Amino acid sequence: MLNDSILSLITFVPTAGAIVVALLPRSGKLIQWFTLLVTLATFGLTLHLPAHYHYGQSGFQFEENHPWIASPKIGYHLGVDGISMWLVVLVGFLGPMAVLASWKAIETRTKEFYFLFLLQQTAMIGVFVALDMFLYYGFWELSLVPMAILIAMFGRNRGAQAAIKFFLFTFIPSAFLLVGMLWLYAKTGTFDFVETQQYLSQNGSLLAPQALWWVSLAFLFAFAVKVPVFPLHGWLSDVFSEAPTAMAMVVAGKLGLYSIIRFNLGLFPAQSRQIAPLMITLAVIGILYGALIALVQQDLKRFIAFSTVGHLSFCTLGIFCFTVVGLNGSVYQILNHELSGAAMLILFGILYERYGTYDMALYGGLAGRLPRMATLYLITTLSLIGLPILNGFVGEFLILSSSFGVHPYWGAAATLGVILSAAYMLGMIQKLFYGQQSQLVANKPVPDVMAREGFALVPAAILMLVLGVASPYWIRAISDAVNGLAGNVAHATVTLTTNVAEKR
Amino acid sequence: MTDVPQIYRILPEVILTITGVIIMLVEPLLAKNSSRKPLGWLAVLGTLASLAASNWQLQLPAGTAFYGTVQTDAYSVFFHVAIAGIVLATLLVTLDAATAETEGLGELFALICFGAVGMMLMTSGIELLLVFIGLEISSISTYIMAGFRKKSAKGPEAAIKYFLLGSFATAFFLYGIALIFGATGTTVIPAVAGLLTSSQTPILASIGLTMIIIGLGFKVSAAPFQVWTPDVYEGATSVVVGLMSTAPKAAAFAVLLRVLYVAFPALHNHWQPLLWGMAALSMTIGNLGALRQQNVKLMLAYSSIAYAGYLLVAFTALSQDGIAAASFYTVSYAAMNVGIFAIFSHAGGMGDRLTLIQDYRGLAYRSPLLGGALAFFLISLIGIPFTGGFFGKFYVFASALHSGLVWLTIIGLVNSGIAAYYYLRLLASAYSKPVHSDLLDGIPRVSIPLLFALLLTVATTLILGIVPGRVLAGAKAGANTLSPAAAIDIGGNTDAAK
Repeated sequence: MLNDSILSLITFVPTAGAIVVALLPRSGKLIQWFTLLVTLATFGLTLHLPAHYHYGQSGFQFEENHPWIASPKIGYHLGVDGISMWLVVLVGFLGPMAVLASWKAIETRTKEFYFLFLLQQTAMIGVFVALDMFLYYGFWELSLVPMAILIAMFGRNRGAQAAIKFFLFTFIPSAFLLVGMLWLYAKTGTFDFVETQQYLSQNGSLLAPQALWWVSLAFLFAFAVKVPVFPLHGWLSDVFSEAPTAMAMVVAGKLGLYSIIRFNLGLFPAQSRQIAPLMITLAVIGILYGALIALVQQDLKRFIAFSTVGHLSFCTLGIFCFTVVGLNGSVYQILNHELSGAAMLILFGILYERYGTYDMALYGGLAGRLPRMATLYLITTLSLIGLPILNGFVGEFLILSSSFGVHPYWGAAATLGVILSAAYMLGMIQKLFYGQQSQLVANKPVPDVMAREGFALVPAAILMLVLGVASPYWIRAISDAVNGLAGNVAHATVTLTTNVAEKR
Repeated sequence: MTDVPQIYRILPEVILTITGVIIMLVEPLLAKNSSRKPLGWLAVLGTLASLAASNWQLQLPAGTAFYGTVQTDAYSVFFHVAIAGIVLATLLVTLDAATAETEGLGELFALICFGAVGMMLMTSGIELLLVFIGLEISSISTYIMAGFRKKSAKGPEAAIKYFLLGSFATAFFLYGIALIFGATGTTVIPAVAGLLTSSQTPILASIGLTMIIIGLGFKVSAAPFQVWTPDVYEGATSVVVGLMSTAPKAAAFAVLLRVLYVAFPALHNHWQPLLWGMAALSMTIGNLGALRQQNVKLMLAYSSIAYAGYLLVAFTALSQDGIAAASFYTVSYAAMNVGIFAIFSHAGGMGDRLTLIQDYRGLAYRSPLLGGALAFFLISLIGIPFTGGFFGKFYVFASALHSGLVWLTIIGLVNSGIAAYYYLRLLASAYSKPVHSDLLDGIPRVSIPLLFALLLTVATTLILGIVPGRVLAGAKAGANTLSPAAAIDIGGNTDAAK
């Protein structure tokens, strides 16, 4: 039965592809074509998941569970629920896009590039499907390596420094994550996520609350850096400016946010509830801070980095509202942002390929010369701003409406971020595409969007529209999974508020 | 006690001794200009035979020989195989790095074999004086090997430093044995535990044990006895450093484990805090020291101090899992360290032409194979999952946390986070765009022996990371034979563990 091994297939087809890439000769475009084929095949396989998903069930599906190492007890346990399923499909979808975006941008060392790129695919999918914490941690750490090496190899000017910075920023917090996991293992005797969750919900009160609190913090810290949550975003702008497009597309957001939902909400509902005010504050600060910094950026890559900080903070906000609506919105917004953010990065990349600069001030009046590109830029921008009928609107609306219900003032402040986001995004469009043609644009005739680029971007644009108008189709599965989580946290809330009440 | 011929119990040692002696005898008979490499291949054959013999010893009923001085059990076999594996890889790397100009190659091959004999004896000896003799054999061989680069002033300097401090440490070890004998009237490790309870002067045993810890602490370069390490590593040639940073340490750790867990479990209140401090200190000093190094060998010298710290964490755990974790990590560290020094020695030759981190800039472009292998070993040293380096570290800290050593675990894991920085510098340098470099142009083509050595070390590192089951089982079987109960009834327990 395909259902029993589909997740392993999705996870390891890219690895198998990577091994073949390592053996292929470095001639012509063979490696590119092969990698494209592998990513398309992976994407095809990921589509199996929504096609055979049993809606209306909570819990994990397509599970595979085999013993792996006897002692310490570690299993090879894979599975997806409504949250991770769409993220896996998303990774699958972005794969071919990234290959097409790198087609011309990466011309030297293609073998190394595509080998590491495919490993990165495995690592990211692995993070989403692993249900054993050891295995999860494995993929989590593995996802750093190809990224760091590729940044070092293909950085624009300070690749090596950016790579080391990125690696340390995520690796050192992960050490705390490992301490937390080992502590849980010492108490529960298992690395299995489902078993740990059961143990904690039944016997959690037997464990020292102080220790549990520190463990939950260790988890949160590691994930928050990866998102990144303000003020832990120090690595992001360097990585965005140095990393090749295909890597910048996938570096931020989904891994960290997914992990917060899965582990912090799933394992430590009470502790998450306690830390929520802090996280909501940081999220709102992040929204405003990211937007304000993005307003004054001249470098397109830094611009998108700070706008990413702002947009991802919306997801953090939605998560820590603990409502079904907010969580739905957050998960949905992760999908949206990864899609639209990736498209934006590709668009910046193809502009760079043509003009050789990311400096906004050097551009101007592109619309007259590159009408098709202008259209794609506009659609992507509007999607990131959150214009109704495009995808960004749905996510932001759900998040903001739930945050208004729970924390009206913070909700109001976050809404200000939406306005700012529109301001800087449209400002960027204006500088690039309208006004007088700049010297650079006037003197250098370049082709408009080519077929290869169109293949990467048009499906993305269509998907933005589809996600915008047909959101219930996606949210159906997400909602099933989120219901259970929100219930978990709500239950924790009751005990907690009574505690607070007693203290008062 | 047993009906197998006694010689079977030391068969691997005998094979290697004969190999070494043959090499010593044949070497002067060869023409002065003829290549010494056939002797190296002879040594490889001898090591393979000894590896097979060690493995075969698992078939024997566990037991002792030669008046109860040597014992073969799952534990000794585990370390025998590890040492033979390290020696095998080292010989292959030497065959790769040696050129027609290399002097004294025949002696080097013989010394490697003799050193291995000493180390193996240390792991199977259960009588402290025999262990001491093993320690001396192994140490003297490594002292000489450290000075192998006679032409460079650093070589003899390294050898003399190592020799002076090393003999000082061995004296500590010997004095410790004397004191333990004074307290208990025996030098047989399994007998000490029993006699300790009826000892008139247990304080002597405590002092003796401390001295043994100091002596062995020096050999494994654990802080605060680590000062010699950077100098010696810098002076010795890469091949030799690869060997001496792994095999003698594995043997010394094996002895320390046996002494602590078999002879002195009763004194754990005494030695556990001592080891706790040494572990925390070694990890911190090692990693902080490595941070500012520009020289790759100095960097790895400090990193080996940190590694001694990680291992001592497992010692401190006071559990079967801790012993197994220590044994396991010894093997995984050996695989990646020998591997990385194989790359250094291939790139730099016997004279170590490439010493600085920036000398390796662009290595991955010059030779994708060497660059890829270097990256892989560095990733394993950093502790990225699916490598032996990660699983070893993971297992060590899992066992430590299981025993409630929360702070030591936090210190250790934060340290391993810091450690990533210096490994990454080398990694990033190897993958940075190359500047034109005569140093890199001088790197010879990859030879067959090097390929074998890399294959051996890479495969071991990967297997230990992805399917560690069998090695773990071996380490656990070994750990079981060390438990105090097993010391009395060795036979039954090992068989059960298998």
